[in-house]
Amino acid sequence: MKALMFGWEFPPHILGGLGTASYGLTRGMAECGDMDITFVIPKPHGDEDKSFAHIVGAGNTPVVWKDVSWEYLESRIGNVMNPQEYYDLRSHIYADFRYLHTNDLGCIEFSGRYPDNLLEEINNYSIVSGVIARTYDFDIIHSHDWLTYPAGIHAKKVTGKPLVIHVHATDFDRSRGNVNPTVYSIEKDGMDNADHIITVSNLTRKTVIEKYHIDPAKVTTVHNAVEPLSKEIQSIVMPRNTRDKVVTFLGRITMQKGPEYFVEAAAEVLKKKNNVRFVMAGSGDMMNKMVTLAARRNISDRFHFTGFLKGKQVYEMLKASDVYVMPSVSEPFGISPLEAMQVGVPSIISRQSGCAEILSNAIKVDYWDIDAMADAIYSIITYPAMYRHLKEEGKKEVDEIKWKYAGQKVIDIYRRFVQ
Amino acid sequence: MKTICFYFQIHQPFRLKRYRFFDIGSDHYYYDDFNNEEIIHRIAQRSYIPANQTLLEMIRNSDGKFKVAFSISGVALDQLEIYVPEFIDSMKELAKTGCVEFLSETYAHSLASLIDPVEFQNQVKEHADRIEMLFGQRPKVFRNTELIYSDEIASMVAAMGFQGMITEGAKHILGWKSPNYLYSAATAPHLKLLLKNYKISDDIAFRFSNYEWSEYPLTADKFIGWIKSFPESEQIVNLFMNYETLGELQPRETGIFEFMKALPRFAEENGIGFITPTEAISRLKSVDKLYVPNVISWADEERDTSAWLGNILQDEAFEKLYSIGERVRLCEDRRIKQDWKYLQTSDHFYYMCTKHLSDGAVHSHYSPYDSPYEAFTNYMNVLSDFIVRVEAQYPLSIENEELNSLITTIKNQSSEIEALQKQLKSAKAEKKAKTEKAKLAAKSAEPKKEPKKKNKA
Repeated sequence: MKALMFGWEFPPHILGGLGTASYGLTRGMAECGDMDITFVIPKPHGDEDKSFAHIVGAGNTPVVWKDVSWEYLESRIGNVMNPQEYYDLRSHIYADFRYLHTNDLGCIEFSGRYPDNLLEEINNYSIVSGVIARTYDFDIIHSHDWLTYPAGIHAKKVTGKPLVIHVHATDFDRSRGNVNPTVYSIEKDGMDNADHIITVSNLTRKTVIEKYHIDPAKVTTVHNAVEPLSKEIQSIVMPRNTRDKVVTFLGRITMQKGPEYFVEAAAEVLKKKNNVRFVMAGSGDMMNKMVTLAARRNISDRFHFTGFLKGKQVYEMLKASDVYVMPSVSEPFGISPLEAMQVGVPSIISRQSGCAEILSNAIKVDYWDIDAMADAIYSIITYPAMYRHLKEEGKKEVDEIKWKYAGQKVIDIYRRFVQ
Repeated sequence: MKTICFYFQIHQPFRLKRYRFFDIGSDHYYYDDFNNEEIIHRIAQRSYIPANQTLLEMIRNSDGKFKVAFSISGVALDQLEIYVPEFIDSMKELAKTGCVEFLSETYAHSLASLIDPVEFQNQVKEHADRIEMLFGQRPKVFRNTELIYSDEIASMVAAMGFQGMITEGAKHILGWKSPNYLYSAATAPHLKLLLKNYKISDDIAFRFSNYEWSEYPLTADKFIGWIKSFPESEQIVNLFMNYETLGELQPRETGIFEFMKALPRFAEENGIGFITPTEAISRLKSVDKLYVPNVISWADEERDTSAWLGNILQDEAFEKLYSIGERVRLCEDRRIKQDWKYLQTSDHFYYMCTKHLSDGAVHSHYSPYDSPYEAFTNYMNVLSDFIVRVEAQYPLSIENEELNSLITTIKNQSSEIEALQKQLKSAKAEKKAKTEKAKLAAKSAEPKKEPKKKNKA
């Protein structure tokens, strides 16, 4: 089966969970065999893993006819695209886009990030998708997250092939209720035009059904999974502080992630225990507020901020921790507790997160229930059996959550529309 | 004659309240009174009381031919006395018919038999005293918590003077053998074993109202027919189940009470009688010895103890609890002794079970907690507080043995004092008697000044 996928981020150049999830899923689908995937991203860098999918850059797809030589193309975009492919794409330009701003190859430039003119970039992406859809041969279209819904719809209109959209998050999660009407309309349009909708958790599925008024029969949950750890990460050894236990919050310090509940729970635990330190790793618009809150609760000597962590640092932090806490107020899926459990850190997660639906060897609490959260933290750092059980069983459990299984579910959904 | 041996289990734990770690050291009350009262009330109203009436009716209508045995845990009795005293009265009335036998078990419905022989014996004795006080008969047949059994436990039970014991007819123990005979324990040949026929016990307990079951609907006629069709030499069919089966697990609407009521009539028509465990062990002969080196129980598919002691959470809680057993027994504080019993109830460990996949669903159904982790945390917090209280009784720096010898010395001293006092008393009495004798003698003969010498004694 041949699938045309539209995505926005792709490892190693990622800004959030979307890139990791679309990458993992695509790989998992390829592992199931008999899949031929063309993955479109706005701006490839050439260092992406191309072993399981054919990557096409929207920024290298011409929309205006330019006469360029093979040699010039080779030197200009040779690292990301074969010149022959460029010529194929060029012969499928379907309208006159000379009024748009294009470069020397007749391509629209993309940032591949989340710039201020994001809506314009989304629109351009959709224009380019028309060329791509006419060029390649495929059976089904798959759009990852709202940024690529217009492109998916366009491809469907052009070819008549079925469209599956993948909801990694909705604007209700991002804005905690203050939905941006433009974003909502793009999301709603995508959902209405889709033949089927995949959500990353039942929580998101419910939002799609209730807030976007979509027929439940059209929405299926396929939970995310997690990539196995690389050798490099596995080999990280952190010196463990034997006297103090370390409890960690890791993520953007924003309203969505519920950092204030973590601080309050820390204050409760510190009333009873003094051999424990709390770490808030990450950055975000609520960081200063949290520093103040920790000071007001008089726990600053045992409450630490690390600032933004990236790449390997994340795993170093996790490996130095005894407990990982994710008190998110609303989390469509939430991959980070799975990563913590992979390195053997017992996790406490909020019931308002999608991953709580599939994890059983993690402690689940309501994000607002500070008492329960404090109690869970206390229990893990006080009772050795609790720590050991969660560490061992948690790792065992999360090692079984594989993208291959998620990929198979997606393929099964495809089969309903492709004979 | 073929016989049916009915035995019902009544047990409810003292469920713990949500006990936060900041309560440790300050709050010493652990129980969820509201929940406990609500649950025992509901079960008593829906099951225990109507079931008692049904059984009473059955005994009367069958002229005492219907017989039944009960095992009521001490913690259940405590709760029933507090919340549903009318049930105790109804049980006493049932006991008066003479067709009811009460079995022995551990007071706390505990797992002490697996780890602490002293505690095990204490609890069995305490339970027997309680049953005798309430129902006027001392239990003769033993039934361990959740039918837990092994060769080792058998020897302990036999040493306590029991002649019979009830356990599970686990397939991996019996092999080709039938549970419908009387067996004896390998390590204690005088201890007779009654084995649960789990197939037809579960037909009543779990499948009675299951529409998808091929034998649905189960009628008394059909049920007795099955028993009749067993080989002629199989003399006893042991039907063991929770008492909640009548009315709670199988609600009244399923017709469970009518099913029960009809049993004696069909049994009589087919020449099948009813028997109590004590009668069974005296009348029937044991056909073989059973070797059970590894512990069995009546729980789950495995029929082992993994539902209570299957993961490291349960092991840790269990070991922590019994590590202070000796200390607790040295304490005199009545509240500590009571909490000690209530904390031993096996249900607390059952709630921590993480066998999610196959039997986990059944476990979570009975648990007041959302997850085994919550159960563990809550229990450990309570236990931590309890340990603090126990340690407050005697300084920790003294070893158990040393403490024990000190206490023994104190106890010995008091008994010595007592003995001396007794001696003193008898000496005084003697002196008095001698004085009187002397007086008498003085009256009859010439007066002598003998009493003075006696003062030295």
